Amino acid sequence: MTRPVSLRRITGGASLGLLLLAGCAKPARNDLYVLLPSQDGHASGALTVESGSKQTTLDQPYEAARVKEPGNVEPGTVTLEQVQQAFGPALAAQPPRPVSFTLYFLENRDELTPESRPILTQIVAEISRYPAPEIVVIGHTDRVGTLARNDALSLQRAGRMRDELVKAGVDPARIRVEGRGEREPLVPTADEVAEPRNRRVEINIR
Amino acid sequence: MRVALLPLAAAMLVLAGLAPAARAEEAGHVKVVKGTVQIERSGQKLPATVGAAVQSGDVVTTGADGSVGITFLDNSLLSAGPNSVLVIDRFAFDTTTHQGAFESSLQKGTLAVVSGKLSKASPDAMKVKTPAAVLGVRGTEFLVRTGDGKE
Repeated sequence: MTRPVSLRRITGGASLGLLLLAGCAKPARNDLYVLLPSQDGHASGALTVESGSKQTTLDQPYEAARVKEPGNVEPGTVTLEQVQQAFGPALAAQPPRPVSFTLYFLENRDELTPESRPILTQIVAEISRYPAPEIVVIGHTDRVGTLARNDALSLQRAGRMRDELVKAGVDPARIRVEGRGEREPLVPTADEVAEPRNRRVEINIR
Repeated sequence: MRVALLPLAAAMLVLAGLAPAARAEEAGHVKVVKGTVQIERSGQKLPATVGAAVQSGDVVTTGADGSVGITFLDNSLLSAGPNSVLVIDRFAFDTTTHQGAFESSLQKGTLAVVSGKLSKASPDAMKVKTPAAVLGVRGTEFLVRTGDGKE
């Protein structure tokens, strides 16, 4: 008579134990999402954190959202110290930020203006900061002359800059050259207008 | 005439030489490696080295001593701390229009993100997922930590 009772107890205890185990195995999370201030001087933008049916938008620096279980988003803030503690190694591994330089040219030629010449030295120094650098050199012209002539001139300007970089020791395999002709003026003008600011080469480094 | 054409010819040679490297599936390049970092691609594990290409579909993992920094073709920067698993689900970028899509998942670990030209051109282009959340990115810098409570 007592046997079935104790058996039932054991069975009941086992079920409870299984339930508890299941409760422990259910992932309680320690997710943390943080909006950082922008380093390029622009507005910070925004980050939307969505978990299940809950959603929050972070739009102030160091605003944060914690998700301890899926479907539960807790808004809050973090300190700089907390950021360093949680994300120090990830932040330390950030690649250098891509940069872009613009060099200006004499009219209808692939010669730099006297003002732009010293910038080339600065660019070479900058390239040396980048691991496995990728360099894209893009030539442009103003709208004086034919489309075809300006396509050729823009590529010629970019090629000339590539040669200068290589001469200064940059690996040519790391440089890509493009010519956009008069198609992407910095300052929009009517056709056949001479505009010094459009006679340029962009050098992008990342 | 000869003088004028030489740089042009040189430039075209460079363009031709680089063309095969600019394959559609290429998404970015590893720039920073510390400790143990691996790239898993179609079942193979490759050691991540500085300069190595990262493609759509790659899974980047870091060891307990590892961290990695990747620069993508749209200038997005992603860097992961130790014990992380980062999946590059999809990367497509039109260098002329800046249209495309960038979706990645952090399965565990920590991640620092600086969004690039894709996010600037269209607000919905960049998404980062974790096992517990989906992040919508509007031209910004942010941090992600994900994992179960034990880690």
